[in-house]
Amino acid sequence: MSAAAATALATGRALCHECGLLCALPEHGAHGAGCPRCGGALHTRKPHSLERTSALLMAAALCYLPANLLPIMKITSLGRAQADTIMSGVVYLLTHGMWPLAIVVFTASVFVPILKILILTFLLVSVHRGSGWRPVERTRLYRITEAIGRWSMVDVFVVTILVALVRLGNLATVEAQSGAVFFGAVVVLTMLAAESFDPRLIWDRSEARRP
Amino acid sequence: MAATRLVACEDCDLLQGLGEIPEGATALCVRCGGVLRRRRRNSVERTLALTLAASVLFVVANSFPFLAFDMKGQVTRTTLLTGVVDLYEQGVWQIAGLVGLTAVAAPLAQLALLLYVLLPVHVGRIPWQMSRAFRLLRHVQPWSMMEVFLVGILVAVTKLVDMASVVPGLALWAFALLIVVLAGATASLDPEAVWERLEARRA
Repeated sequence: MSAAAATALATGRALCHECGLLCALPEHGAHGAGCPRCGGALHTRKPHSLERTSALLMAAALCYLPANLLPIMKITSLGRAQADTIMSGVVYLLTHGMWPLAIVVFTASVFVPILKILILTFLLVSVHRGSGWRPVERTRLYRITEAIGRWSMVDVFVVTILVALVRLGNLATVEAQSGAVFFGAVVVLTMLAAESFDPRLIWDRSEARRP
Repeated sequence: MAATRLVACEDCDLLQGLGEIPEGATALCVRCGGVLRRRRRNSVERTLALTLAASVLFVVANSFPFLAFDMKGQVTRTTLLTGVVDLYEQGVWQIAGLVGLTAVAAPLAQLALLLYVLLPVHVGRIPWQMSRAFRLLRHVQPWSMMEVFLVGILVAVTKLVDMASVVPGLALWAFALLIVVLAGATASLDPEAVWERLEARRA
């Protein structure tokens, strides 16, 4: 105990997740205690953080392949139908000389989701094994994951706008396809997974390992 | 009031003393670099002013078409809501729901909750169920994705320019402005300042 840093947990306190007030916990611990300022439920750590995050992450990984392999929309123009996947959308932008936009879409739709899944898996494994390796950098990785997730929604919005704009009967139509549903699921699931992960676990475990 | 207060870092739980933070400055955790508090000048008033402006822009952005699509004389126009309805009618209700939430419902809730809390706080009152409303705001905020939607518009337009002409509508400019103003409102909000005013009223 002597080498351990003074944390809220170690001193019988909890930071309110809702309003950020540092609260002293009653004798019996956080169970059932409420924040005196905002009334939110107090927890020393996010409840079932590791289990919840792993479950959401597995679901996201399952949806990742269909999201990228199945077409996200079908474009029919003057009788010719063409199915578009995430990747073919990127390639289209590239071949039409819009490479800055191609990079944006590739990063947001392909790179960011897989990066999030990999980073969160790495964090989960490292916390599970009680690793004391570079906690500052791992906490920073977590913050990045939390911040970039929303940008993956770009392709979902693109499908929406195309569907709403291109509805000219026989001339041209755009239909959303099942790939878009899987893709939306990946975005939502990885956002929820990042939300449910508690970065303080990184520090708890590395503290516990220290002699 | 200038006394040092004990706080814990949200990201690593380390206890540390936090003294008076100058206006506009940000206090970081000594161990992990997480943000302990971002103090803003006139946080409540500035956020309120920007939120009011954003609300007007939000109404404009949702009332008028943001794009018109002209192919061989046939023109379609779309507003945010018609886009969501079209998706729903195509049977992809999951995507319709997700877009409705992130581009319409969440930003609307974000603005409404900000106004609901900040207007009374500004005139020195405590709104009914204020804690609950302010807590809800924290959960709504991550799902409000207006700025991502604007990038979506940009990508969609470049895909369409080969097919036909795309005409930007009034709502598009309102959108662009809205994103800047909303980002300003989010950045100028210091929740701790709001809680402090609430506690001062209660005492």
